[in-house]
Amino acid sequence: MLKLQGLSAGYGSFQALWDIDLEIDAGEAVAVIGPNGAGKTTLLRAISGQIAPWSGSIELEGQDLRTLAPHRYVQAGIAHCPENRRLFPRMSVEDNLRMGGFIPDARKAYGERLEWVYGLFPRLRERRHQLAGTLSGGEQQMCAIGRALMSHPKLLLLDEPSAGLAPVIVMQVFDLVRRIRSEGFTVLIVEQNIRQALELADRAYLLEVGRVRLSGPVAELKGNEFLRQAYLGL
Amino acid sequence: MFDFFLLEAILNGLLFGGVLALLSLGLNLVFGVVDVVWIAYAELVMVGMYIIYTVNILLGWPLYVAAPLSIVGVSIVGLLVHRLVIEPILNTPPINQLLATGGLLFFLQSFATLIFGSQFRNIGLSLPVVEFFELYVSFARLLAFGVALVGIVGLYLFLRRTYIGTAIRAVAQDREMMGLMGVDTRKVYLITSAVGGALAGLASILLVLQQDVHPFIGLTFGPITFMICVLGGLGNLFGGFIAAFVISQVISIGSFYVSTELSYVIAFVLFIVAMFFRPEGLFQRRS
Amino acid sequence: MKRWLLLAGLAVLVAAPFAHPPQYFLHLAILILIWGMIGTSWAFMGRFGLVSLGHGGFVAVGVYTTALLWNVYGLMPWVGIPVGIAISLVLALAIGYPAFRFRVVGHYFALVTLAMGEVVRLSIIAARDVTGGSLGMTPARVQPPTDVSWYALQFTDKRYFYFLALGAWLLALWVWGRIDRSMARSALEAISEDEVASASVGIHVTWQKLRVTLISAAMTSLGGMLLGWYNQYLNPDSLSGIGISLEIVFAAIVGGMYMAPGPTIGALLTISFRESLRTYFGVQLIGMAETLYGLLLILFIIFMPRGIYGALYEWVQRRGQTPPKTPVAPPREPRPGTAEAR
Repeated sequence: MLKLQGLSAGYGSFQALWDIDLEIDAGEAVAVIGPNGAGKTTLLRAISGQIAPWSGSIELEGQDLRTLAPHRYVQAGIAHCPENRRLFPRMSVEDNLRMGGFIPDARKAYGERLEWVYGLFPRLRERRHQLAGTLSGGEQQMCAIGRALMSHPKLLLLDEPSAGLAPVIVMQVFDLVRRIRSEGFTVLIVEQNIRQALELADRAYLLEVGRVRLSGPVAELKGNEFLRQAYLGL
Repeated sequence: MFDFFLLEAILNGLLFGGVLALLSLGLNLVFGVVDVVWIAYAELVMVGMYIIYTVNILLGWPLYVAAPLSIVGVSIVGLLVHRLVIEPILNTPPINQLLATGGLLFFLQSFATLIFGSQFRNIGLSLPVVEFFELYVSFARLLAFGVALVGIVGLYLFLRRTYIGTAIRAVAQDREMMGLMGVDTRKVYLITSAVGGALAGLASILLVLQQDVHPFIGLTFGPITFMICVLGGLGNLFGGFIAAFVISQVISIGSFYVSTELSYVIAFVLFIVAMFFRPEGLFQRRS
Repeated sequence: MKRWLLLAGLAVLVAAPFAHPPQYFLHLAILILIWGMIGTSWAFMGRFGLVSLGHGGFVAVGVYTTALLWNVYGLMPWVGIPVGIAISLVLALAIGYPAFRFRVVGHYFALVTLAMGEVVRLSIIAARDVTGGSLGMTPARVQPPTDVSWYALQFTDKRYFYFLALGAWLLALWVWGRIDRSMARSALEAISEDEVASASVGIHVTWQKLRVTLISAAMTSLGGMLLGWYNQYLNPDSLSGIGISLEIVFAAIVGGMYMAPGPTIGALLTISFRESLRTYFGVQLIGMAETLYGLLLILFIIFMPRGIYGALYEWVQRRGQTPPKTPVAPPREPRPGTAEAR
């Protein structure tokens, strides 16, 4: 469904990604793992249109995404739940969700989508009128994911959903992602928490210094010597 | 002991506050969203006043036609200001934007002088003075206050209930995320500018009821509007609203005890002092 | 080579009045020199990002103090000017110290200075019994009337004012040069880039900003006094207030506020432009000149934010070697290694 070929990108004169090849099929959960500064967030930003690639191609269901204006990516079916949540702090939970459902297609189905998201995250329904900036870390993450889901995306991008959360909450968040997957969503997740990421995903890519170092089905990767020593401490 | 004249001053201050609040809302809205201070905002109000004058006096059409035309007209001017003056310099340092709207101020003042001359123009409306529990209030002031209130409530509902209003609030809080919501920030800026213009148009209706218009009238309420906005926290709609009433009371009561100019001086000095206690305005500034 | 050229230019400026030029041109030259001086003084602050929209306040304080002391107490301008400058300094201190101490910057600083300018203007109007309010006032004619009075600084022959203006202008340029060659310049440039970082390397941010503000205020009020004395007329609306403050800023920007000749060139351009428009349109179409002027200002900001001199300088440089001077403020690049760059 999503296909990246030879993607290179960066900021100003600084190159962050070199020649990335990546594929995701519908219904899959793919993890992108790697250390700090590897370019994982840059990769997601390129996929969601926030930065323009320097070279290479990005295709969603055969459509070349590079021709789209940045704000059209949501319409095309890509929802990005950014690092650090980035909720609108002085707006209510419900207003944040509403912003997630801004695009015309989502607006038509607003009522049902809202109900569905509240069904997934009952805690959000309890706090629907609370200002998003006053929520706890875990609740904020749920709200951010919920917001991304309001547009019923073909591809959901999750950037470090476990960042800054207590371990118990992290497990809850990953359970939720599993649940979302079971509803049929395709997920691309960037994570520093490699164990959890590998538990969740079907396939994974290891990114180091802007390049794909390893990739493959999770079962394979778990057995990879390099990965085990360098990242899993085994 | 009830000093009725003082009470009148307070009441007038309240009514004046309504107009100032409306003015501050427009300026704050644009700043909060687009991050530009329209130095020429008061001049947009002047444009509205001239529109009403032209339509009502020169064309002879009734006021209830001239008024909406002013709102629409200045709204379009707001759009043009953003499109032609702000957009080209949106990513340059803020000082450029300040100066560009400053240049606009000159331009509008001179243009008005060119077309209408520097005489004071009046729409010749003479509204009665109303008695209210032994207090005398001009009906024009009451009407202006009422309309301002309608405008303020309208803006509130627009921002809270509509999609685009919500988007406007969101842009003010996190500009970068808007692309991820599928919102075209450019469009939001344009709509905000149009709304800002419409508010200025509305304000012009209120002012034209009570005052003559001339090319430099913007100088009489422009600086005080900036001051109110900064006092309440630039970009903070609620803060500006409160600050407007605080300042209008200072001016009104001040005028009662000393001269009008001196009361403005006091207001400005209070502002400068307040700035140093709370540089971000009396209320939390929107980031 | 450059030095030689400058000295030649100076010689021309000094000799010019003796060639009996038309009074009108002398008049314009005086105005250009005085406004150039005021613009340069504004740019002492402006070039470092301290944009004041209230410099009209200093202009007015300088000239009104001198005029009032002269008219009411008969104190000669030689006494009045220092007093005026002193009051300007107090004003600058009163606004500047808290502003810089509490880190009031950017839009807020600009609007606070605007408020200050307005306070000065409104105070002058409020005190109309002494100042004549919006009708303005004129400095009293020295008694007994004479053509040349160094005592009262009143001269019938414009050329005296010309030399006074020239002297003031050269003084402003000299101060500019001193600032340019001082540590203060590096400090202020650092501050304009990143205040927190500057403070962390030991730069006394408040004091640096305050010092340049005081110098700017003093010079501006000196210029204001010259203006009022030359015109023999003071008016709060044309000397303080937002209108005049914006004009000062514009002239400096149009000419280019990062280089010494910039503000003067700006003054030259704006004054000659306005005058020629005024002569062209004459009494017909009142306001046409100003309208075109305002339009041009907007276009200038959009297309030539570095001013004419700045743009020319850059163009010359580009044909040579060194990279151009910074634009109105350097663009912010995301720094690699931080969250922005991931």
